[in-house]
Amino acid sequence: MKLKQLSLFLENKPGAINDPCQCLADAGISISTLTLADTKYFGVLRLLIRDWEKAKRILEEKGFVVKLVDVVAIEIDHTPGSLARVLDVFRENGINVEYLYAFPAGLDGRAVIIFCFDDPDEAVRKLSDVPGIVLVDGDALFRE
Amino acid sequence: MSCKASGPAAVNPVSAMDYMPVDKLRTIQLERLKFIVKRAYDNVPLFRKRLEERKLTPESIRSLEDIQKLPFTVKADLRDTYPFGLFASPMKEIVRLHASSGTTGKPIVVAYTEEDIRTWSSAMVRSLAGCGIHEGDIAQISFGYGLFTGGLGAHYGFESLGATVIPASGGNTERQIMLMKDFGVTCIACTPSYFLHMSEKAEQMGIDLHDLPLRVGVFGAEPWTDEMRRRIEECSGIKAYDIYGLSEITGPGVGCACEYQDGLHIFEDLFYPEIIDPATGEALPDGQEGELVLTTLKKMAMPMIRYRTRDITKIVTEPCACGRTIRRIARISRRSDDMFIIRGVNVFPSQIETAIMAAESVLPVYQIILTRDHGLDNIEVDIEVNEQIFQDKVAAIEDIKAKISHSIERTLGIRVVVKMLAPNSIPRSEGKAKRVIDKRKM
Repeated sequence: MKLKQLSLFLENKPGAINDPCQCLADAGISISTLTLADTKYFGVLRLLIRDWEKAKRILEEKGFVVKLVDVVAIEIDHTPGSLARVLDVFRENGINVEYLYAFPAGLDGRAVIIFCFDDPDEAVRKLSDVPGIVLVDGDALFRE
Repeated sequence: MSCKASGPAAVNPVSAMDYMPVDKLRTIQLERLKFIVKRAYDNVPLFRKRLEERKLTPESIRSLEDIQKLPFTVKADLRDTYPFGLFASPMKEIVRLHASSGTTGKPIVVAYTEEDIRTWSSAMVRSLAGCGIHEGDIAQISFGYGLFTGGLGAHYGFESLGATVIPASGGNTERQIMLMKDFGVTCIACTPSYFLHMSEKAEQMGIDLHDLPLRVGVFGAEPWTDEMRRRIEECSGIKAYDIYGLSEITGPGVGCACEYQDGLHIFEDLFYPEIIDPATGEALPDGQEGELVLTTLKKMAMPMIRYRTRDITKIVTEPCACGRTIRRIARISRRSDDMFIIRGVNVFPSQIETAIMAAESVLPVYQIILTRDHGLDNIEVDIEVNEQIFQDKVAAIEDIKAKISHSIERTLGIRVVVKMLAPNSIPRSEGKAKRVIDKRKM
């Protein structure tokens, strides 16, 4: 139920984000979704890619430091209050969210949010049986 | 993690000199000192001129202490007499030239007769035997081959010892690891930082160095710390030995650690050591820290009399548990010309290195940047993130950064700015990053 996210260290300077994107482009690898965390001096680029193993290998060959991080995708309705209901479940179960971002394509007209939790295994265990919480696996998310 | 079992203890006749009674050793040293001073006086115009200026002749040397009357030789002397000005042998007797990389202006050139090459090899054999290396070992030499003395110096030593030599030279790390694994390499010789790089690469390739026959590393050609030695030993299960040398004196093999890994034995029947106060040039007693000065007692092609190494160390007074009578120097982790002064405090890059390792137990590539703003000196330490340091969570990276800056501040008593940089963003020359960039306008 967990997805592999690639995290890259970037310096906070013009053009720093171009290099990894260009090197994925050259290899014909498509980024499904991404988010960039920034601080004063550096940033962390997080990428969700179908063929993450190939992407990781290519980025590392180019000298990037890449970390693999487990994240969890949850499907929700495109309706007011849907995300709030999911977040309520997290609170009730004591699950802490580190950060989140959206999967723009969605799935069958529904929204997909990518969550990074303190403890992804525990989160998956607690959430998998909760009615109304739909965890999405990689096969479903990355299907053509 | 315990180290891998060593083979049979090395017994090499050439090591006999290491155990000579001290009074006999001093007699040999004095005889050889007289010989080499006369040789330099007779054949090297610069040396003769300097002795004449001081109203000295080779006969002025009557005891080992008399060496203190002699003038120092410094690196600039080699540059000023470029290329062959300090040679004491005619070119037809010189069988080899080596040279420094020469990042600024002309390189320095050093020369060897056939006998010098044999002497050098014997010093290397004694170094390697002390590290428990013996006939039958398979040695990968990953020092650079070429003008640099590291590659060929180690090569001749390992061959003379009877080991099987793989002249891998530097670079192409993945292939190096493949050779190490496929050839059953038992010893490696390279810079300590390159070995750490190799071990990271091996991990990425899914190879655990603990599983390979590799058991001994002989590391040198750059200052390193005990922390780094322990890290190397932990990540690979090998024993890591410190070897010392410099081209001006001969190359690697001037001194080397023994199985007790407590300082480096100087092969002082060949290379006479003194410690001086780097500011005044005065000789310091054994046990006191200062600059190492070396005199080559047997070098025919290019005698070096009282050469100032710029390496800071001390002569260890306690006898070594290994029984060698030749004296030891403490590990060299800094050079007198690396030191910088900031806000009145003397700082060596090695102190910052130790502080980083105390915080993170890994040594990333780093660079120290000194700036002056409105008359106030500032110190910035730039650190390249690597696999161990980089974390997905911004807060985790900030924590590491704070830990490193606190550790440095505790060591120096000065506030520092720590910056995290992308991998490979600090420029390297010959694999080494320049440690200190001083942007202050004095």
